[in-house]
Amino acid sequence: MDVLWESTEPLTVRQVGERLTDRDLAHTTVMTVLDRLAKKGFARRERDGRAWRYCAAADREAYVTELMLHALDQTGDRSAALASFARSVSDAEARVLRRALESLGEIDRD
Amino acid sequence: MLAAVLVLAAVAVGTIPAAAALLSARWPYRSPAAAILLWQALGLSWGLAAVGALAGLGARQAGWGVAGGALTGAAGAARAAVLGSCPAMLAAIARLIFLAAAAALLALLCWVLLAASAAVLLARRRHRVLLRLLAHGDPKVPGALVVDSPAAAAYCVPGLRSAIVVSAGTLDLLDAAELAAVLAHERAHLRERHDLVLLPFSALNRALPRCRLVRQAYGSVALLVEMLADDRALRHRPARELATALIRVGVSSAGPAPSGALAAAQAPDGETAARVARLLAPAPPLPAAALTLICSAAALLVAVPAGLLLLPW
Repeated sequence: MDVLWESTEPLTVRQVGERLTDRDLAHTTVMTVLDRLAKKGFARRERDGRAWRYCAAADREAYVTELMLHALDQTGDRSAALASFARSVSDAEARVLRRALESLGEIDRD
Repeated sequence: MLAAVLVLAAVAVGTIPAAAALLSARWPYRSPAAAILLWQALGLSWGLAAVGALAGLGARQAGWGVAGGALTGAAGAARAAVLGSCPAMLAAIARLIFLAAAAALLALLCWVLLAASAAVLLARRRHRVLLRLLAHGDPKVPGALVVDSPAAAAYCVPGLRSAIVVSAGTLDLLDAAELAAVLAHERAHLRERHDLVLLPFSALNRALPRCRLVRQAYGSVALLVEMLADDRALRHRPARELATALIRVGVSSAGPAPSGALAAAQAPDGETAARVARLLAPAPPLPAAALTLICSAAALLVAVPAGLLLLPW
């Protein structure tokens, strides 16, 4: 997936395999993985002659944003799917918390 | 049979003011585990008693409790409704209506729980797929995944293939000791499967989003579960590290005020502050006698409706 994100143009299976230099993967393995990514909606593919060309369906940041929105419980529905360490606080509560930190003698590192 | 129905109805109605009382009580912060147990008992007791009272109204006297009476009652009432004389027929139809209502309520409660579980499993699966694509390990947080995002977030994805996730923003924000406290907190969630504790309450909240008592009960149990995980983390880490970690992550999330729909998703005021206060100035846990009393009350709450439903008398 990183290969697709880094590329500016759609890649064939062979090109993806060539860019995965750190791992020695069989052509069919790469093909299977790309096919699976396409089925799950993470990659788009288009016909180019006899080969498929793959590109990422959305950029990396979009997925990171989706993860974080879900994690920070800001998707609107407070679901029980994940357990956040600290939920987002109101401004008033933030002031109370900052005072608590100061009273602990901790210098604010922000 | 009438006595049993009256008791069941009294339990079903009585659990509601009991829940309201538990919401405003202060002792749950001192012993969150006992309070969670009581919440679970209240919820289960309400469900059993409500279904049981309806079924009891349609049941016929029988040696096998309300559940057995309801089954024989259904067969008898159906026969009487078809074959009986006019007054007997009306009575039989009324009994059938109560039995149908009981069956519908039971089916609805089961459906709500199943639908919520399915939604949670789907959301987690999507989340895990994304994590596999995006997250990486980091020596600063052994055993956890790191997502490259400047926002401060730390959370766990419960389940058989569980994961603890920390954002790069959190790594910058917290020192090593605070990170260890966060990991201890999240590990407690995963180890004790706190998500399963929360699931029935979130399911009911999804089904009845406008019911204030249900929403508050869900919020209360969610906060108690966090406090329980805080307490577990204290077994391994000093309270001060956990408190400063909480403050830093909480304050950083305040940032620019979120607008519209996002603001609605904010926690009710003071959840994080309440946890910090509890860590820095801990109240003593409840004495053993009080804990015994709470556990007995919880057992009784479930045993009475369950007994009336199932036991012969």
